[in-house]
Amino acid sequence: MKKKLSLLERAAAVPHIVWAVMFIVAPLLFVIYFAFTDSKTGRFSFGNIAALSSYGEIFLVSICFALVATFCCLLIGYPLAFVMSRCKPSTQKLLTVLLMLPMWISLLIRTYSLMTLMENGGLINSLLTAMGLDPIQMVGTGGAVILGMIYDFLPYMVLPIFTSMQKMDPRYLEAAADLGCNSFQTMFRVVLPLTTPGIISGVTMVFVPSISTFYISQKLGGGNFDLIGDTIERQFRYPSTYHVGAAISLVMMILILISIAVMNRFTDEEERGMMV
Amino acid sequence: MKRFLTTFLVICILSFLFLFFTSCDSGGNVTTLYVYNWGEYISDGSEGSLDVNAAFEVWYEQAYGQKIKVNYSTFSSNEDMYAKLVSGATSYDIVIPSDYMVERLLKEDMLRPLNTANIPNLQNIDMTAVIGEGKPYYDIDKDHSDKTYSVPYTYGTVGIIYNKTMLRAEDLAKIEAGEGSWDIMWDEHYKGNILQFNNSRDAFATAMFKEGYLVNTTSEAEWRAALDALMKQKPIVQGYVMDEIYNKMSSGSAALAPYYAGDFFTMYEDNEDLGFFYPTEGTNVFVDAMCIPNTSKNPELAELYINFMLSEEAATANAEYICYATPNKLVRESEDYIGAMEELHPDAMSILYDTDGIQLQFYENLDEEQLVLLNNLWEELKIESSIGSAIMIIACVIAGAAIGLGIFFFVRRRRRKRYTDTLWEN
Amino acid sequence: MKTLSRIYMWLVFALLYAPILVLVVYSFNKGGSFAEYTGVSFYWYSELFHDSAALLSLKNSLMLAVSAAALSTLIGTFAALGLDRMRNRYLKGAINSATNIPMMNPDIVTGVSMMLLFVAVGGWLKLTDTLGFGTMLIAHTTFCLPYVILSVLPRFRQFDKSLREAAMDLGCTPAQSFFKVELPQILPGVVSGLIMAFTLSLDDFVISHFVSSPDFQTLPLYIYNQTAHEVKFSMYALCTLIIIAILALLLLVNFAGGIGDRTKKRKEAVK
Repeated sequence: MKKKLSLLERAAAVPHIVWAVMFIVAPLLFVIYFAFTDSKTGRFSFGNIAALSSYGEIFLVSICFALVATFCCLLIGYPLAFVMSRCKPSTQKLLTVLLMLPMWISLLIRTYSLMTLMENGGLINSLLTAMGLDPIQMVGTGGAVILGMIYDFLPYMVLPIFTSMQKMDPRYLEAAADLGCNSFQTMFRVVLPLTTPGIISGVTMVFVPSISTFYISQKLGGGNFDLIGDTIERQFRYPSTYHVGAAISLVMMILILISIAVMNRFTDEEERGMMV
Repeated sequence: MKRFLTTFLVICILSFLFLFFTSCDSGGNVTTLYVYNWGEYISDGSEGSLDVNAAFEVWYEQAYGQKIKVNYSTFSSNEDMYAKLVSGATSYDIVIPSDYMVERLLKEDMLRPLNTANIPNLQNIDMTAVIGEGKPYYDIDKDHSDKTYSVPYTYGTVGIIYNKTMLRAEDLAKIEAGEGSWDIMWDEHYKGNILQFNNSRDAFATAMFKEGYLVNTTSEAEWRAALDALMKQKPIVQGYVMDEIYNKMSSGSAALAPYYAGDFFTMYEDNEDLGFFYPTEGTNVFVDAMCIPNTSKNPELAELYINFMLSEEAATANAEYICYATPNKLVRESEDYIGAMEELHPDAMSILYDTDGIQLQFYENLDEEQLVLLNNLWEELKIESSIGSAIMIIACVIAGAAIGLGIFFFVRRRRRKRYTDTLWEN
Repeated sequence: MKTLSRIYMWLVFALLYAPILVLVVYSFNKGGSFAEYTGVSFYWYSELFHDSAALLSLKNSLMLAVSAAALSTLIGTFAALGLDRMRNRYLKGAINSATNIPMMNPDIVTGVSMMLLFVAVGGWLKLTDTLGFGTMLIAHTTFCLPYVILSVLPRFRQFDKSLREAAMDLGCTPAQSFFKVELPQILPGVVSGLIMAFTLSLDDFVISHFVSSPDFQTLPLYIYNQTAHEVKFSMYALCTLIIIAILALLLLVNFAGGIGDRTKKRKEAVK
């Protein structure tokens, strides 16, 4: 038996639908439109997409940087989340606040403060020279860009893993120990599979902003390493290159949406697998 | 607690709405003058200087009894300014581009002729030292009329700023003997300590001077050769920067950087180890000039603003704040100004004004073909990446491992599912 | 093993906070340089309060965040109501996935697509001054909407349907039953959506970077412009104040019952 819906209930979503069509769907259509039209004549063309071939290296570099940064975040973040989840509940609450504070502080501030530390004449190098060591050049190298990504996005990796560990029943660990697992086996056969959803969402939340960042590479890479984000940002400074910029954005968007979809497929199946 | 939070939020929102509406009132029917200038290019009242824009607002209110507001925003390259102007997103009343960009704007009919009757202070301007007698080359419109479109704001030259403590003794000696060359920007010894312009025109010019070409060359081969030079330089460059250079040079984070002479003094104030020289191959000279775009909504007010900027008080404040060479003869002859500059740096006046012995070249507006070429070459330089193969290999290993793990789990899950399925069937 | 893991944990936290702490400490340095510490003073703070551009951008930011949060909460709450009652599964799915696009997409793509829309429509209608407060409001509302809907929608799901039927039986019109019975129940979700929208809008840089004009600068844009020029130490003072404000807000929110977990929302969306 279905109840009749009132007018309010039926009309409630209409403003949102209108808004979503106008400001979510339409902009994406404009990206597609710009990507497939010529900048001079405004006619349909594959020219912009074809021009992307010269940006292949940029895509490769960005993907490499983002992959390495994501992997390092996972490597640092996973043990951290595990240790955090073993703490007393009151400490856990404090730690959550400590972890969330950097997430709310503007990325610009955090990146910039990191840059002031890492400059050739910055604090770290002053310390090194004071100790009689040779200063190291950090700003303007690829390592600095990756370090910046790790530093900026680490909390986004830790938090979802931490929540999925909090949800995990500690009796699983006891059961595993009772059944004769050593601590490594417990880790790899019990904890890791149970926290896969957390890992997947952490990986997404680090990978997506790392691959599209432009502020980090501008400041820490000194403009030496152009990532996809930088390239898009530069194309959108001058109206004549909007079309190429739209094509790059379109390709990046499709790449990211595909990888998110693939990863989600794995989590869903993993979870279903665990239920059996 | 919930009630407390709700009350708190309601109070917050009410106070913000109050703020919102009060601010709307004050922004009501006041005429606004939109000024678009280079970053760090006006005396803005910090550290005890005169706030020129505020002074103009006060002056106008006293003279005409009406309130006006100066909306001042900044750009970091001529090309950025041009893009913003063309996009029509905002209509500006005053823009202050460099010479070649004035030429381009004029060629594309984007400037409005100035009514010189409203700018009596134009007589304070004396540009014969750089441009010679007559009309400047960039100020000539299609009809070769005698209309004036731009008024010089400052002029200046490009040179190399260096940190004395970071240079080799032999290089220092060479520079002190007046034989410094652009080649030092390509010296492997300073790997990671060299900064380069982050705008195409200036960056390419450094390579042009080094290779001995004219900066306005029309030969594609020469542009390509300049690109090759810049490509060769890229691995030893620490960064492509514009105004970030102030902090980098002041904090001793880089040894060498080409930049505008006037800005050197600002950096020198913070770090006395810095020096400045003009390379023997020659360098660029530029004039930044105030113009009124033809989209301006308040051209008369804009002319008053230009006139105000040429007054002795405003011009002195600006000249002492931004330290570029001033075209205003009242300022240049003023003892106060000379004293202030010499206090800043003993050679300040000679660096700024004694440029007779140096080969100077103006940028000229390039034609469409050259502009496209320049943009493409610049894009090539920017997207050229030389990340270490180490990062590449690590990334490949990670990607491989991730795919492998994914497949492993996928297959295992399949097998388990098949196993449980067979259990069900039995 | 246990002490070792504790050391590891605090070490990571120390590294996470080191740059920020250095910034805070040096904002009190009168000398205005990282080279030497010439003594504690509030000089740069007073300098900041004389910087009209910084104060204006702060005002703009707050104005924008309040308007965007209010607008997105209004639209989002009703959207959640509509989605909760919607019976057409395909329409519901379509709306849900459209709503989540700004959350899944990199910010830069959202910003760029918005900018293309505004520029194209502005050029089409022959408008000048397209970009400004209006476009910023539209963009911010758009990317806040999914977060609001995601925090309100579960509240509708948890709501006991029989209560609504009881209200109707007792003579309420559908509208009355919504405003008098249902709305008070879902209010916590609405409030947490509002707070989240407010903070997201206050914090956003990338999307604003593309849809703003020099006339209307928000705080993150002001900071961006500052870091592209000669950085004065008053900017560090500004950052310190922002950090303190965020800390206060975070403690308040956490003590008021753990609302505002944007990660959780994102995670739900990703699923």
